[in-house]
Amino acid sequence: MTDQGRLIPRNRAVHPVPYDPDYKTSMTRSPSLPLLSMDSTFTEETGPRFGHNMLGALDNNLILNWTKGAAPAVGERILMHGRVLDEMGRPVPHTLVEIWQANAGGRYRHIKDTYFAPLDPNFGGCGRTITDENGYYEFLTIRPGAYPWPNRGNEWRPMHIHISVFGHSFGQRLITQMYFEGDPLIDRCPIAATIKDRGHIDRLVAPLDMSKAKPMDFLAYKFDIVLRGRRQTMFENKPEGM
Amino acid sequence: MVQSLDTLQETPSQTAGPYVHIGCIPTFAGLEGIYPEDLGKRAIEEGAKGQIITIRGTVADGTGWVMRDAMLESWQPDAAGKFPGQDGADPKVNGFCRFAADAETGEFELRTVKPGAVPAPNGTLQAPHIAIWIVARGINIGLQSRIYFEDEDNSTDPLLARIEQRPRVDTLIAKKTGEGEYRFDIRLQGEGETVFLDM
Ligand SMILES: [Fe+3]
Repeated sequence: MTDQGRLIPRNRAVHPVPYDPDYKTSMTRSPSLPLLSMDSTFTEETGPRFGHNMLGALDNNLILNWTKGAAPAVGERILMHGRVLDEMGRPVPHTLVEIWQANAGGRYRHIKDTYFAPLDPNFGGCGRTITDENGYYEFLTIRPGAYPWPNRGNEWRPMHIHISVFGHSFGQRLITQMYFEGDPLIDRCPIAATIKDRGHIDRLVAPLDMSKAKPMDFLAYKFDIVLRGRRQTMFENKPEGM
Repeated sequence: MVQSLDTLQETPSQTAGPYVHIGCIPTFAGLEGIYPEDLGKRAIEEGAKGQIITIRGTVADGTGWVMRDAMLESWQPDAAGKFPGQDGADPKVNGFCRFAADAETGEFELRTVKPGAVPAPNGTLQAPHIAIWIVARGINIGLQSRIYFEDEDNSTDPLLARIEQRPRVDTLIAKKTGEGEYRFDIRLQGEGETVFLDM
């Protein structure tokens, strides 16, 4: 629960278009009528909070969390790290970040994934953490493989990690995907291309970050996340009774 | 040229994809044991004050097909209209819940407490409602909506009042199907399209 003023209305121009014929499933799953735009209320400005005490020691270590530390996952070891901020540039501390991904061969551990790349017995594919007091987070994982999917004739997802972030209010809720610097499949991906401005796609591409890589152990990629901010001016005090 | 703004821009959304359950409801995807329990498993704990209700429904696409892969989240106050974390809030109300459309039938179920009215920005009250957020493959940015209740007074709710096409108000109102039981079907597109929010 937090209340610090109205949320800044979403700038839909940075986001994907809901309806995109190149991503076929979106054609029947996108509203065709306009969204109802309103100032946020207490409902959207508050949200669930999760404490560090709910986390297990290996929750942000996807290399080890599936086997509880017994055996490491197969693949290129990477540190995914970054910071959660809001549009005002303020860190978002103590917020839950969840990730999920395919294994090094491009296969998900999911009842619905029938791709014939093998499951890795040592890899589950999900992790979670809570940002520290300055909004920083990190995961140790393996680089996921690209994988094919049914859409147009021969479609492959670039390597990516799915990310879910809460922020401090339900109206900040965001799910996105992180891509990897240098992956030629990003330019061919109709899901990345649901974002119509190339500059905004680039904001989902994590650069290699050798300053955080550990010699003889793992490479690192940096991925910062910006959530909606709060509108506050000297002329906008809290409404009565809230 | 002008001065540059020092604000940042929100990170673009991407679809949650078909495997959202792995990250958000691992046991649904078959990943038992990775966490002690899925996050947001219950909106309330035993002993929550107020009327315990169950809301059932489906999420249908533009063709009317009931989706089997949707994931939903809800956020609401307790029976007195207080959100978790607020002074005096019912400690047995978690407020947040995560639930999935059934993989076979597409039905979802939310067991919770009937929420109380909460203040509106203009100082009046909003009718009792539950905020929901829907993600799935093919949804490029999560869809916000609200569940209101047909047996509450919704006549002065500021959000419902803003809906110009009055028959569409009905898409946000859960229908009573029994004592403590409601039905709330969501239509993403087409005939009877649910009102989605940008708040
Ligand atoms: Fe994926």
